[in-house]
Amino acid sequence: MVIALAFSMLLPILLGIGLYLKSAPLLKDQSLFQILFSTSWKPLSGHFGLAPFIISSLWVTIIALILAGPICLLSAIHLTQYAKPIVLRIMHPVIDILAGIPSVIFGVWGVLVIVPWVGDFIGPIFDKQITGYSILSGGIVLAVMIIPFILNILIEVFRTIPEELTEVTLSLGATRWMVIKHVLLKKAFPGIVSAFSLGLSRAFGETIAVLMVVGNVTQIPTGALQPGYPLPALIANNYGEMLSIPMYDSALMLAALVLLVIVILFNVVSRWLIHRLEKNIG
Amino acid sequence: MKMTQIRKYEELFFRVVMFLATSLILFSLCMIIYSILKYGLPAVSWSMISQLPKGGFYFGKEGGILNAILGSLYLAIGATIIAFLIGFPVSLFINIHMYKFRKLVSSIRFMLDVMWGIPSIVYGAFGFSVMLFLGMRSSLLAGMLTVTLFIIPVMIRSIDEVMKTVPVGLLESALSLGSTKSEISYKVYFKQCISGITTAMLLSFGRAIGDAASVLFTTGYTDNLPTSLTQPTATLPLAIFFQLSSPIEEVKQRAYASAVILTVIILIISLVSRVSSRSYHKHKIK
Repeated sequence: MVIALAFSMLLPILLGIGLYLKSAPLLKDQSLFQILFSTSWKPLSGHFGLAPFIISSLWVTIIALILAGPICLLSAIHLTQYAKPIVLRIMHPVIDILAGIPSVIFGVWGVLVIVPWVGDFIGPIFDKQITGYSILSGGIVLAVMIIPFILNILIEVFRTIPEELTEVTLSLGATRWMVIKHVLLKKAFPGIVSAFSLGLSRAFGETIAVLMVVGNVTQIPTGALQPGYPLPALIANNYGEMLSIPMYDSALMLAALVLLVIVILFNVVSRWLIHRLEKNIG
Repeated sequence: MKMTQIRKYEELFFRVVMFLATSLILFSLCMIIYSILKYGLPAVSWSMISQLPKGGFYFGKEGGILNAILGSLYLAIGATIIAFLIGFPVSLFINIHMYKFRKLVSSIRFMLDVMWGIPSIVYGAFGFSVMLFLGMRSSLLAGMLTVTLFIIPVMIRSIDEVMKTVPVGLLESALSLGSTKSEISYKVYFKQCISGITTAMLLSFGRAIGDAASVLFTTGYTDNLPTSLTQPTATLPLAIFFQLSSPIEEVKQRAYASAVILTVIILIISLVSRVSSRSYHKHKIK
């Protein structure tokens, strides 16, 4: 039991060390700063600038969050404050199934539905001839993927707010909506922030679904309708050839390490906020 | 207009928007399932499910994806069993033996939650680098172990959530009757939590079978069925992924069909876990 526990606790550290050891040769050669902010990705001549990929990742993630955030917030308020119990009974399995659908299925759906839609409808609005394989498509698919996670946490957050708070405000003559606007949202604010940042970290690491719709062109995207090449997609796409080019594997493992560090950072901060929120109330 | 009137309309407006937001979520799930079935169902055939890919399968010739279906099942079942063997004792340990150390337990839970959030591609990359370090080739075993790492946090946390609901009185009374902690673990807690454990296993299994990024590096891909743990194995998500990137229409059709198969498996798992969490209440004390 103890061994199993120790092993599971050490896992993130093992992950970090393993990836660091593999990426060390590259770090010895070039400085971390240089790799993270350089924009030139030419593996054959030894240039491994990760900036285009990091910026693409940020684009996709932020679009996903902008789309999913308000929907989740509104829906969470609806489900916890207004909806009848039957609605919640319907939505629970919906959320669970949505969370359980494999990302490759989301990818297929993105290719079948979202990519043509973006190409045929959104593109012409902005007078652009595009295939639809773009950052926007990636963002939309990701938004649907992270909705169940954000929504689940938001529902929990709204549930931890004591009922008395609502009752007291209502008894002062406020309408239900005023209670939500002035009391609940303020009280739940740290929880909302952490729910969003958890969603963000999930979106940041998502691989296959995004890879399938985002276009995978190495460039610094300047608009949502351009193709991008997020960090996880870079790792997944190039594993085959990485052993034949010197330092290539180190660069990809470094990309994985960057991913790990960013995701853990976001996770720790937001989980800590949630834990504190629960402690304050419970 | 009076102030109260404005407030009323404001509330009405937001109620409508909120209702729309909830419906949109419901709608997107329906749309996903609908579009997968619409494109995929016409291409699903018995030969797809029952045959191995024959020569030229990826150019639109005959055959099926039995190798990927079975490979995925082997992989997910293996990983779930290993993860259970590691995860179940851990959750017992933090709930029974560490019962007094609340702070420590909550920080362990915190760590596990953080690990739950680590993207599977990172596990995949890590698994791959370990594999190279040990001089292994991509194989069923390597994939299984990587997926195990990936689902351990899910397994531990979901069993743990169920164990948290076991009344503390039960632990205390069993202790006061003189039973050892191991007896409590396997005779009391196991029976109390059996439905929750099944749900946790199904949840982990679902994640294991659906994940592509962690097995991309480690299991490899082959047209044959694996006959031992050291052989490469095809998996369903990767089969979908590879077939979809083909320029041939026939093969793309098969990707949609494979997506239907995977979706059906996931829906069945979800259904079974829903049923299992309702049954098995025989030993449950409430």
